[in-house]
Amino acid sequence: MGCRFAMDGEKRMSQGQTGAEQRLVTPGMAIGPSAGKRAGSGIITEQDTMIATQLGWLQEKNNTMSVHPIHSAYMPRSGDLIVANVAEVRNNLWFMDINGAFQGLLPMSLAPWKVEFGAARQHMDVGNVVLARVQEVDECHNVVLTMKGVGLRRLNQGAVENIPVQHVDRVRGEGNSLLQRLRDASDCRIMVGENGRVWIDGDSNGIAWARKALKMVANKGHTTEFEAILAEMEQEKKGDA
Amino acid sequence: MGGYGDVQLLREDGSRLDGRKLDEMRPVKIEAGVLPAADGSAMVTHGLNVAVAAVYGPMEAHPRKIQRQDRAVIDVRYNMAPFSTSDRIRPGFNRRSREISKVTAEALESVVLVELYPRSKIRVEIEILAAEAGTRCAGITAAAVALADAGIPMRDLIVGVASGKIEDTVVLDLDKAEDNYGQADLPVGILPNTGEIAFLQMDGDLSPDEYNLAMEYNFKAAKEIHEVMVEALQRRYQGGDV
Repeated sequence: MGCRFAMDGEKRMSQGQTGAEQRLVTPGMAIGPSAGKRAGSGIITEQDTMIATQLGWLQEKNNTMSVHPIHSAYMPRSGDLIVANVAEVRNNLWFMDINGAFQGLLPMSLAPWKVEFGAARQHMDVGNVVLARVQEVDECHNVVLTMKGVGLRRLNQGAVENIPVQHVDRVRGEGNSLLQRLRDASDCRIMVGENGRVWIDGDSNGIAWARKALKMVANKGHTTEFEAILAEMEQEKKGDA
Repeated sequence: MGGYGDVQLLREDGSRLDGRKLDEMRPVKIEAGVLPAADGSAMVTHGLNVAVAAVYGPMEAHPRKIQRQDRAVIDVRYNMAPFSTSDRIRPGFNRRSREISKVTAEALESVVLVELYPRSKIRVEIEILAAEAGTRCAGITAAAVALADAGIPMRDLIVGVASGKIEDTVVLDLDKAEDNYGQADLPVGILPNTGEIAFLQMDGDLSPDEYNLAMEYNFKAAKEIHEVMVEALQRRYQGGDV
């Protein structure tokens, strides 16, 4: 019970695992004895037994057991690169929608411009999209963002596509290999935010192709036919060009 | 409990009116992920009961006065559809639905790892589409599967199940006639892996021996329902798009 058998040599790309069998665990399911192993995310230890707390695929890496969840909300961590929308503007700060449970706060001191008190709206207004980094998250989920840093800026053009947060790694691929492939094929600039928002900039055909490809990667990225479908999409794009 | 009556609820051969044995449950069917707009959802068919649960969040808790600085709050709304019973129910909240919403929220709070989401709210909507006694149990079971489907961390999958007493005999999983004309009802929320009880209500009177037997039935049924819950979650994701 709880085992997933990969069919036809199926690989799950998101974690680069090639095993023939992966275990789907549900909350409360006993994983095994905790002796000699560490409990990672999605696992708790009770009376020397490891217990899954989330629905997902069981993983073991560096002697740490964890659950790669099938569904998860974005939980911001310090240092995350994210694509955020301006949700509210105050005299000296912006509240940003970061696709999480809470809004992020961008104070004018961490904006890339010199902002006068009361003039925040002149730089960014509600609905603007920015590339920002999570500066700090405290234990009460207060999130502070920064736009001071290389490449962090307001995104004035392009499109934003949403992907499930748990599929961000899958879209990037091993060492960003898949992301680079999508960039090359679509001839677009693509930035993947940790919060499941992807910014795509290029010509309209390239953006449309990239959006379609992102959806396909998120939905089919773990299946055997994924490689063939992507190759076919790349050929079609080349043909159109 | 509709009170004592002279309705015969057991046949002469000792079986129940619908042919079940004393410790036999009505058939249970569970499907996960039935509502695409929700973060997690489930539909539970328990006998003639049909309960649909949808989970949204974690999200920022509003109004702010309900926020807890060290944990999430679980906001449960249990509602019976006007067409769920033979007599039309007046739509909207009533005393019973408020009570069930409250006890369900408290039961779920004891299994969800609420401390992971301070100041947040997890919204659970339970809608009873068809009712035939035992809707609060079906609702709890549906909520547990929906929470798991939404990726909310939990210590266990809580199972709602009930036993009761009819004609001085303890039976498992009361149906409508047994609930209306029986002597006692004991719905519980059980954590099958640890054997803990997250929720217990009792309507009517049970002696200590009857209580022990009813709980024995409940634990046995909880194991069976738990297997169906796990299967439902696995069926949704084993070969699908994940």
